[in-house]
Amino acid sequence: MGQLDAEKKVKNPEVGKTVGPGIGKKTGPEAEREIDLEVRNLRKYYPAGRRRLLKAVDDVSFTIYRGETLGIVGESGCGKTTCGKTVIGMLPKTGGEVFFQGKDVHSMTKKERFDFTGKVQMIFQDPYASLDSHQKVYQIVAEGIRIHKLAQNREQEQKMVYELLDMVGLNAEHAGRNVHEFSGGQRQRIGIARALSVNPEFLFCDEPVSALDVSLQAQIVNLLMELQREKHLTMLFIAHDLSVVKHISDRIGVMYLGKIVEMTDCDELYDNPLHPYTEALLAAVPIADPDLAGKRKEIVLEGDVPSPVNPPAGCRFCSRCPRKMDICSVEEPVMKEVLPGHTVACHLYL
Amino acid sequence: MEREMTVVITEESFQPLERKQKELPPAVMHSVWHDIRRELLSNKVALVSLILLLIIMIGALLAPLSPYDPYALDSSQKLQGISAAHWFGTDEFGRDYFTRVLYGGRVSLTVGFLSMLVTVTLGTAIGVFSGYAGGRVDALLMRFTDIFLALPSMLLMVILNTFLQPGLFTLVAVLSLFSWASVARITRAETMSLKERDFVTATKNLGASGLLIAVKHIIPNTLGPVIVAASLSVANAILMESSLSYLGLGVQIPLASWGSMLQGAQSHILDHPLLAVFPGLMILITVLSFNLLGDVLRNALEPKIVK
Amino acid sequence: MENLLEIKHLAVSYFTFGGEVQAVRDVSFSVKPGTTVALVGESGCGKSVTAKSIMGLVKKPGKIREGSEIIFEGTDVVRFSEKEWNRFRGKQCSMIFQDALVSLNPTMKIGKQIMENLDNHETGLSGREKRQMAVDVLKMTEIPDAEDCLDKYPHELSGGMRQRVMIAMALITDPKLLIADEPTTSLDVTIQNQILRLMKNLQKKLGMAILLITHDLGIVAGMADEIVVMYAGKIVEKGPCRDIFYHPRHPYTRALISSVPRLDERGGQKLRTIEGNIPDMTRPPAGCAFCDRCPHAMNICAQYMPEMKPAVNYDQGAGETDGAEGRNHRQKIGGTDGAAGTDHENKAEENRKTVHEAACWLMDERAGGNI
Repeated sequence: MGQLDAEKKVKNPEVGKTVGPGIGKKTGPEAEREIDLEVRNLRKYYPAGRRRLLKAVDDVSFTIYRGETLGIVGESGCGKTTCGKTVIGMLPKTGGEVFFQGKDVHSMTKKERFDFTGKVQMIFQDPYASLDSHQKVYQIVAEGIRIHKLAQNREQEQKMVYELLDMVGLNAEHAGRNVHEFSGGQRQRIGIARALSVNPEFLFCDEPVSALDVSLQAQIVNLLMELQREKHLTMLFIAHDLSVVKHISDRIGVMYLGKIVEMTDCDELYDNPLHPYTEALLAAVPIADPDLAGKRKEIVLEGDVPSPVNPPAGCRFCSRCPRKMDICSVEEPVMKEVLPGHTVACHLYL
Repeated sequence: MEREMTVVITEESFQPLERKQKELPPAVMHSVWHDIRRELLSNKVALVSLILLLIIMIGALLAPLSPYDPYALDSSQKLQGISAAHWFGTDEFGRDYFTRVLYGGRVSLTVGFLSMLVTVTLGTAIGVFSGYAGGRVDALLMRFTDIFLALPSMLLMVILNTFLQPGLFTLVAVLSLFSWASVARITRAETMSLKERDFVTATKNLGASGLLIAVKHIIPNTLGPVIVAASLSVANAILMESSLSYLGLGVQIPLASWGSMLQGAQSHILDHPLLAVFPGLMILITVLSFNLLGDVLRNALEPKIVK
Repeated sequence: MENLLEIKHLAVSYFTFGGEVQAVRDVSFSVKPGTTVALVGESGCGKSVTAKSIMGLVKKPGKIREGSEIIFEGTDVVRFSEKEWNRFRGKQCSMIFQDALVSLNPTMKIGKQIMENLDNHETGLSGREKRQMAVDVLKMTEIPDAEDCLDKYPHELSGGMRQRVMIAMALITDPKLLIADEPTTSLDVTIQNQILRLMKNLQKKLGMAILLITHDLGIVAGMADEIVVMYAGKIVEKGPCRDIFYHPRHPYTRALISSVPRLDERGGQKLRTIEGNIPDMTRPPAGCAFCDRCPHAMNICAQYMPEMKPAVNYDQGAGETDGAEGRNHRQKIGGTDGAAGTDHENKAEENRKTVHEAACWLMDERAGGNI
């Protein structure tokens, strides 16, 4: 795996307007960025008894450009995982549309769906549950190659598996082992190798590091970043840990109770958070630095996240918002581009 | 720092460590079979059960080596007691009883294993299909299964056997017909929980077909409970076969099973009780051993603390 | 002032199918009254087992090895009988766990569970008095509608509220030491913030000591007075919070601190990592356990275990001898019934003189000094 070169960073300081150099070769620097995934007014409701609905995802729209990483952060129960799973068609939608490279994800023929699985892959949260403990590493990694018939013969298949293992920092010797011999971090690497086995273009990472220890988290985040650069992957990265998301994402969407409340470039979000919820979320992240931790501005949100079955009227954050106005509990704010490339749904900026 | 006195510390000690390519530790075997072996070796009762079963099976297998013909009648030798020539004595037709018991074991064990195979195959197929398909198919199949579980099986087996051409395969078919349902329930429940697991989702995301997922991921993971069910099902089949044969509905003369031997011994129960004791004992040992093994397997396989 | 809790040479092993797992190997540290000590390390480093040992909760197949001492206010609690443990737990020392939903009895009302804890230790209280105490303690944990909360079942409360109830249960007997085992790991950041702030306030109010067990250095930075860093069942470094963060001596501590992704850094950068994995504790390495992953490993590291040595602090310049003298001095004063004034001075001095120690061969002068 090549050492990361600071100059070769794909990440462009002006993400949101132009293409990164890595992709630029293909499309030309002036070309509009290609949209890989477009989500329009996506809704996903679950029946919650007594004719009520749990609105896990409610009217969410975003686009992901090719080669870009979109991070979605939010607290547990905000619908971020449901959103991701619905986006890649693992769950049926209730309303709205999702287009992947121009095709509607939710109305695909069997053949299209099969091709889709070769392009869109997922990394799971739990490295233990996501690998079949009755299989050997080789079988797990080779499965996708076999299903999509990517290898002509056994030798080629073996070569591909070993290359994949090498790519994720394991070696050929690991191939013959049972998965239960591996620790969480290594299992996550095996999961990544499995996802990459079909040469996907899009990777959906559902909290891929939240079950791991800090030192392993860093390893996996670095690995994902390297792989993305090498293979020009488009990624949707879901996490509750803001500091992890920040490292890997180009743009970030903040979700609260089934809605995206703010979306902008990664650094812009941290430097200039507009939505009061984003502000509070950022202020709540513990900083591993005693002096800074003491000096930092404190915003403590009172109360708990309301139930998504019965969200507050108007702005969903208004029950906890420190900057609540009268209008907030009456009218629901819509997403609006307040600064270039920085959209927010808050009455403070309308 | 007393430790330092005893150790040799040289200049070299503080040179940077040259890392050798670390060898991987030896692979740890950890399969279902490995679990079973460990549990068997640590449990004396189970080990004894297994050895007894093996002896009985080998005996039944080697039955043709016996110098006696199990079917040849010899009235001069009838109803003899235990002797060096006839280990279990002879029956009312003068046949060597030990040889008869061995041949009876062949029939009983064949019926047991065959019906277990059919039961498990049928039950697993229906259970996995039902659990994986879900929805209406599942509901329909499960009601069907419920009906089979609710039927008074012994009574129906008696009735069916009287109507059908009696014989070994009829027996196996009838026994399996009334025992697949419990296996189906077990595998269906396992399948329901397995199909929601991440590794199955991941395989589905790779574009795998339902059949591939069932064969490669679901069935291997239901193996534990199925093995337990299988061992209990052998015991159950042998017992059922004995009961049916005792009623005269099992294997037909001159073929004999332990059950039909019990029936034959009935008329001599007062003067020659040993004729009933030997086949009875064989049934008891075999069924008990299979049941005990089933319990041990359950202990080995069901609380899966595979981490 | 004496140490509230002193752990000396604690060793705990678990006897499993795979062999003896040495979960804790010779751990010694102390907790002073009213302070917060953080036990930091990755999963499997033995931090939770250490906490369980203090509470007498190490159960078969686990076993506390001979020679271990856990001295709580002068009494060695390791060989307590079950009866003595029951008296000790709750009254002297309470514990809160990571997952409040599992730790609370789902079939019992909150109020009853809190009062039950009280019954074990305070007898002769009337029902109304107990109820009042329960309400008071719930109010202390800033639960809205404390009265109503008493009649609720755990599943009716949110994660943050349940953790507050756990804290209330732990505090109702007014313990001197609160052990918090990953108290906020299962909570969201905004709720985590609330709980941590609450714990800090309660400590100020009640003056108890907290032993905080966590893997999250961010939490530690804001909470702890002292930090104990564990790796593979051993302490690799301990000392005052700021010393550990700003002058870490052990390569593991350093790597741990720098591998935490931080908000105040630019995004898109590679994170610093610790390569490799945690050693297999059924076969602990002969030398330093971190040797395999250490970027500065020397030959000696693979052969011999380094011992804890005082670290020379850059800002204080206090050496090994200084620290030892300070300790002697303190003992003398403790022996003669010192006046209030001296006592105060003594405390101040003691806080300053908490020794920063680390176990690493790099600190040996023959290694050519530190990096």
